[in-house]
Amino acid sequence: MPIDPKKHEMPTQAPAERAHNFREVALGYSEEVAVAEASRCLNCKNSPCVTGCPVNIAIPDFIARMKERDFEGAYQIIAKSSSLPAVCGRVCPQETQCECQCTLGKKFEPVGIGRLERFAADWHNAHAEEKAVPPAPNGRRVAVVGSGPSGLTCAGDLAKKGYAVTVYEALHTAGGVLVYGIPEFRLPKSIVAREVETLRELGVDIETNVIIGKTLTVDELFDMGFEAVFIGSGAGLPNFMNIPGEAYKGVYSANEFLTRSNLMKAYLDDPKTPIMKGGRVAVVGGGNVAMDAARTALRLGAEHVYIVYRRSMEELPARREEVEHAEEEGIDFRLLCNPVEILGYENPENPRDPKNGFVTGMKCIRMELGEPDASGRRRPVEIPGSEFTLDVDAVVMAIGTSPNPLIKNTTDGLEVNRRGGIIVNEDGLTSREGVYAGGDAVTGAATVISAMGAGKVAARAIDEALSK
Amino acid sequence: MYRIVRKKPLNPTVTQMEIEAPLIARKAKPGQFIILRVDADGERIPLTVAGTNPEEGTVKIIFQIVGATTECLNHKEEGGFLEDFAGPLGTPTKSDGIRKVCIVGGGVGCAIAMPVAEEFHRLGAEVTSIIGFRSKDLLILEDEFRACSDRLIVMTDDGSYARAGNVTVPLKEMLEAGKRFDEIVTIGPLVMMKFVTAAAKPFGVPVTVSMNPIMIDGTGMCGGCRITLVDEEGKRTTKFACVDGPDFNGYEIDFDEAMSRGRMYAEFERHAYEEACSLFRKA
Repeated sequence: MPIDPKKHEMPTQAPAERAHNFREVALGYSEEVAVAEASRCLNCKNSPCVTGCPVNIAIPDFIARMKERDFEGAYQIIAKSSSLPAVCGRVCPQETQCECQCTLGKKFEPVGIGRLERFAADWHNAHAEEKAVPPAPNGRRVAVVGSGPSGLTCAGDLAKKGYAVTVYEALHTAGGVLVYGIPEFRLPKSIVAREVETLRELGVDIETNVIIGKTLTVDELFDMGFEAVFIGSGAGLPNFMNIPGEAYKGVYSANEFLTRSNLMKAYLDDPKTPIMKGGRVAVVGGGNVAMDAARTALRLGAEHVYIVYRRSMEELPARREEVEHAEEEGIDFRLLCNPVEILGYENPENPRDPKNGFVTGMKCIRMELGEPDASGRRRPVEIPGSEFTLDVDAVVMAIGTSPNPLIKNTTDGLEVNRRGGIIVNEDGLTSREGVYAGGDAVTGAATVISAMGAGKVAARAIDEALSK
Repeated sequence: MYRIVRKKPLNPTVTQMEIEAPLIARKAKPGQFIILRVDADGERIPLTVAGTNPEEGTVKIIFQIVGATTECLNHKEEGGFLEDFAGPLGTPTKSDGIRKVCIVGGGVGCAIAMPVAEEFHRLGAEVTSIIGFRSKDLLILEDEFRACSDRLIVMTDDGSYARAGNVTVPLKEMLEAGKRFDEIVTIGPLVMMKFVTAAAKPFGVPVTVSMNPIMIDGTGMCGGCRITLVDEEGKRTTKFACVDGPDFNGYEIDFDEAMSRGRMYAEFERHAYEEACSLFRKA
C-alpha cells in the first residue's frame, strides 16, 4: 500500500462555532485514524525524530505499538520519558522538533507524532484503572520550587526513583503556566489536573500558597532537611513596551489577561474576577502567548481582534497550528506593524467622566525588514511617516517576560545573568551547591517541552549527586 | 485551608480577623501583605498584614467591607476556614535611621499604619500619629495607636469626635510650627496620600506612601499592579507594587493615574457587591 503523502487531519470544532466557546479546539484522532497515521511511520533505522525531542521519547517504539493497537503499551513507552504526555501531545511545537526531523517529511508530510502522542495519552487516561504506585522510598528529600512543566517533570522523575519530593507552588492551584497561561480551548484544565494527580499518586507532596523567597527561602529548605532544591519558578514579570499610554485602563499584560481568564475563570458566565469582555482588542506580539490571548479575547466576546507583530508571518514564533487556527477563527493579523502609543479617553470638561482613562486606540507604525540582527532574523525597521491608528478598547502586551527577582534576592550566592536568568551548567546546577534550576527561570520565556527537558536533566543530575 | 482563630468587628464596616498561618506569622513584617481567597471560586485579594503572633502562628488582617469578596469574607465566622492565604508579599516598610517619624493613617488604612507605628515605637523612634476617619462611628484602633505613639492626633471629617477636619490640617500646623520629621509614612485613600505628600513637600520631609492597587497573583507575574513613578526630570518608570512595593516615595507617584487605574472595574465591582448583598439577605 502506498504511503499517504499527507498527515491524517486532526478533527477540530468548526471555526465559527469554537470562536465562541472555550471547549477544546482539536478533538483528537479516532482509533482507526490513529492506527492509520501510525502506519505511515517508516520505522527508519536511525530514528532522527528521537533526537529532535527534548526529552528523547522512543518515538518509533511507541508508534510501533500503536500500529498493533497496543495503545496502553504505547503510552507506557512515552511515560518512561515524559511526565506529561497528554500535555505535550497538545502544546509541543512538533514542527520544529520531532516532526521536522522525520525521514518521511523529506518527501511528504511527516508522521503526526504529536497527534499520536496525544491519542496514546488520552487513551490511557480514559481506560487505565490502576493508580500509579509509589516506589520504595530511598529516604532522601528534594524540594521543587514551582509546579509548572519543569517542576512537575523534575518531581515526577525523582519520585519514580524513590525520593520524597515536595513541590512548592506560589499560586492556589498546581500547574504553573499550564493552568494560568495556556487556555482551556488548547489544553483543558482537567488534563493538567489529571497529570498532577498522577504525581500525587507517586507520592509527590504539593504545597500550594508557598512563595519561595518569601514564605520560605532556599536556605530554609536545606535547614528543613531537603538535600537538593530545584528552582522552576517560571518566567516572571511581564514586559511592557515603554510607550506612552500603557497605564490606561484596558491595557493588560498577556499574563494578567490570561491569568484572569484561565486561573481565575473570568471566562465563566458569573465570574468573581472581572475582565474586559467584548469590544475591539489588539494583542501585541507573535508568540504562542499572543495567539492564546487573541483567541481568548475572541471567545470572551470581542467584536474584532488584531494581532500586531513587528516582523512578518515567516518570523512569527508561534506554533504553526495555533497561527492557522487563529486565522481560521478570524483573528486579524497586522504584520510588520509596531505600536508607538496607546490612546485613551480624556474629558477635560468632566474629570469624573467614568470613561476617562480607558483605551480608545493604538497608534502604530509600519515596519520593513532590514539586515539580519544578532538572532539571525531580519531586523524590523520603521517606515517613516507610516503611522496609523487602530480603534481598540483593549490592548494586550504579549512581548515576553523578565525573570522574577524573588528567589535571586533572597538566595546568597545564586548567580544570574545580565537579564536576570539563573545561570546553570549542563546538568542544571546553579552556582550554589545542591541548587538546580531549569525552565523559563533560566532561559526566559520558552516552550513547555524545553522546560520539561530541563527538569529531566536536573532530576538525573540530582539523583547522581545524591547517590554518590 | 486556613482557620479563622478570632474575629472581632472594629466598627460597622471594618472587621479584624486572626488567621492560622504559622509560616507567614514567622516572617511577616510591617508593610507587607498577604493574598487570600475566601472560597474555592473566589477572587484573590491583597490585604496588608495588621500584625502577627509568631508563637501562636497567627496573622492579623483588618478589612473594610467594600465589595463582594470582603462581604463574603465578613460572613466567615470564628473557627471557619479561608480557602487560601499566601504571603508575606512585598517589601517591609523601611525603618533604618529614622528617629522621628510621623504616621498618617486614614480610615481602614489605619489598620496598616498601626503595625508600622508599633514597629517604629519598638525601635525607639519618636512616633507622632495622625489618624483620620469620616466620623466617630468609623473610628478604629485609637487605644492601640495611643499605646505606641508619643503623640496622637485623632481627626474626624465631620467633627463628630475629637478634632474636625482632615489629617493634613494638623500635619501642616506641625510642619509650619517648625516640627521636623525624618520621615512621614502615610497609608490610606490615594487622595489622602496625595494631599499628605503635597503638604509635606514645601518642608522637604521624605514621604513614604503605601500603595494598594488592583492585584491578582501578588508575586510579580501579572503586572496589573503597575504604578508609574515620575522622577524630578519627569522621567517615567513603571514599577510593580507587589514586588517593588507596596511602599514608594510619595513624591514620585503619579497619583492621578493610580486613582484612575483603581477604578478600572468599578462598575463590575458595584454589581458584584449588590449581588453578594442580596444573596446574603436571602440566606
